[in-house]
Amino acid sequence: MTRKQQARRGGYVIFLLPGLILSFVVIVVPLLMNVGISFTRWQGVGTPKWIGLRNYTQLFHDANFWASFRHTIAIVVAMAIVPTVIGLILASVLFDIIAKKFNDRTASFFRAGIFIPQVLPVAVTGIVWGWLLAPTGAVNATLKNVGLTGLAKNWLGDPKWALLSVMGIMVWVQLGYPIVMFMAGLQRVDPNLYEAAGLDGASWWQRFSKITVHMVRPEIYVVLVTTTIAALKTFAQIFVLTGGGPGNATLVPSYFSYKEFFEDANVGYGSAISTVMVIIITIVATVFLRLQTAEDRAGGK
Amino acid sequence: MTAATQRPALVPRDRDTPARRRPGRLPADRRSRATYAILFGLTVLVLLVLAPFFVIVINAFKDPADLAAHGPLTLPHGWHFSAIKNFWSQVHFGGVLLNSLEISGVVAVLGVVLSLLNAYALGIGRLRGRVAFLIFFLIANVLPQEGLVYPLYYLAKQVHLYDTKLAIVIIFTVIQSTFGTYLLSSVFAAFPLELLEAAAIDGANKWRALWNVVVPISRPTLGVLFTFFFIWTWNEFFLPLVFLIDNSKQTVPVALAVSTGQHTVNVTSTAASSLLGVLPAIVFFLIFQRTLTRGVAVGAVK
Repeated sequence: MTRKQQARRGGYVIFLLPGLILSFVVIVVPLLMNVGISFTRWQGVGTPKWIGLRNYTQLFHDANFWASFRHTIAIVVAMAIVPTVIGLILASVLFDIIAKKFNDRTASFFRAGIFIPQVLPVAVTGIVWGWLLAPTGAVNATLKNVGLTGLAKNWLGDPKWALLSVMGIMVWVQLGYPIVMFMAGLQRVDPNLYEAAGLDGASWWQRFSKITVHMVRPEIYVVLVTTTIAALKTFAQIFVLTGGGPGNATLVPSYFSYKEFFEDANVGYGSAISTVMVIIITIVATVFLRLQTAEDRAGGK
Repeated sequence: MTAATQRPALVPRDRDTPARRRPGRLPADRRSRATYAILFGLTVLVLLVLAPFFVIVINAFKDPADLAAHGPLTLPHGWHFSAIKNFWSQVHFGGVLLNSLEISGVVAVLGVVLSLLNAYALGIGRLRGRVAFLIFFLIANVLPQEGLVYPLYYLAKQVHLYDTKLAIVIIFTVIQSTFGTYLLSSVFAAFPLELLEAAAIDGANKWRALWNVVVPISRPTLGVLFTFFFIWTWNEFFLPLVFLIDNSKQTVPVALAVSTGQHTVNVTSTAASSLLGVLPAIVFFLIFQRTLTRGVAVGAVK
C-alpha cells in the first residue's frame, strides 16, 4: 500500500467512529452481558450468583423450552415456507396469465390487495385477529351464517387449535411479501423466453417450474432468509393473541425469555434462552449467506 | 410494512437484464374460460384477505347494543362514533400518535445519517478490515432483540434513561443503521470515484465531499432507507413495550396492545382499537407506496 493510499484511509476512520462507539454500547456490550448473565442466578436486583452451566442444563430438560422450539418450527413453516410456495404460484399466475391476458394494472391491483396486511404493525394484526377469532367473533359468526356451526370453535383458547390459528394469521400477514419480491424479480425475465416456451408447447406448469422458479432464485433466497429469521423472532402476535397459552400451546422462545426476564424475574434463565436464540439465528443467517455466495459463484456472475 | 420488519439482510446480486417491455396485450378472444376462472379465484382470494378490514370498519362504528343484538357481520344500524371516541380518550391516542411520529421520524433521520457515515468510511473509504466490519453489521442486524433487552433495560435504568423516548431513539437509531450501513456500503462500492477525485482537486475536504457529492447523488437510496426506518420503527413492539411504561410516552402499537389487553370485554372498543392501529399504517402505505415498491426492489437487487 502506498503512503498516499494509507493517508486516504486514515482520513475516513473518523466517519466510522460514531457508528462503532454506538454499536459497541447498544449491541456488543449488552450482548456480552447477556451471555455473562446466562451463567448466573439473578433476580435483576442484588448480585448475580455464578452457577456455571446450570441454566443451560435446566433448559435442556425443560419441556417448555422444547415446546417453544417446536412452535417456532411451526411458525417458520407458516411465515417462510407456505407463503414462499403460494407466493411463487400466485406471482407466476399474476405475471404469466393475468398481466398478459388482461393487463398489468389488474395484476398490480391483486398484488396490492394481497400486500395490504404487510403494512400493519404486527401488534395490530394481533389485536385485529384476536378480535375476529374470539368465541363470539366474526369468524365463528361467519361459520354459523353459512351453516357450518359445527366448525365454530374457541380458536385461540383451545390448545388443539391455538397454534394452527396463529399459523393461519402468519400466512395472512406474510403472503404479500414474497409476491411483491417475486414479481419484481420476474421483471428481469425476458418475455421472449416465455413466448418461445409457449410456442414449443410448454404447459403453464412447465413454464412455472423451469423458467419462473429458476429466474427468481435470488429472490427466493432473500424471502426465505428474511422470513425465517423474522419467524424465529416472533413475539408481538403471541404477546397480544395468546400470551403463549393456553398452557404452553403457543409458547415461543422470545416470549418465553420475556416472561422469565420481566414476569418471573429469572433473569439468568431468560438470558440462557435468549443466548441460545442468538446462536441459532446467527447460524441460520451464516448458513444462508454461505449458500447464497456459493450459488452466486456457481451461477458464474 | 412488515416487509418492513424483515430486513432484506442478504441481497442477491444480479441485475443483468433490465426490465423489458412485455409483448402487447393479447386479444380478448384468447382469454379462455380457464383464464376467467383464475381471475375469479384471485378476486375471491383478495376479498378474503381484505375481509378483516371491512369487518373492523363496520364494527368500530356500532354501538355495543347493536353488536350484541345483530352480531359482528351486519352493517351498523346508524353510525356511532362513541367507541372510537371513548377508546381515543382512554389511550390518549392523540399523544400516542405524536410519540410514534416523533420517535419514528427522529430515528429515521438519525439512522440514515449514521448509516451514511459508516458506509462512507466502509464503502468509499474502503477501510482496512472492511469485510469484518460489514459482517459485524450484518450479524448485528439479524440478532434477536431478546438477546439485548435485559442488559439494555438494566443499563438504561443506571443512566436514568429508562421509560424515556430518548432511550428508544438511541437504540433504534443503532439497530436500523446496521441494516443501512450494510446496504449503503454495497451501493457505495460502485460509487464513481472520479467525482470524489474531482472534488478533492477543487479543494473539498472529506466532509464537503460527503455532503456536496455523495449525498446528492445517493439521495434516492437515502429516501428509501428513510422510509424503511420510519415504518420499521413505527411497527416495532418488543423494545418499546419494555422501555415505554408511561402512557404519555408510549407508541401506537404498544398503547393499543396494552390497553386492548385490559379491556377485552368491550368488543366494539377492540374494533375501534384495531381501526386506529390500521389507519396510520394504511396512510403510510399510500404515501410511501412508490418508495416502498422501489425499496423492496432496492433491498432485493441492489
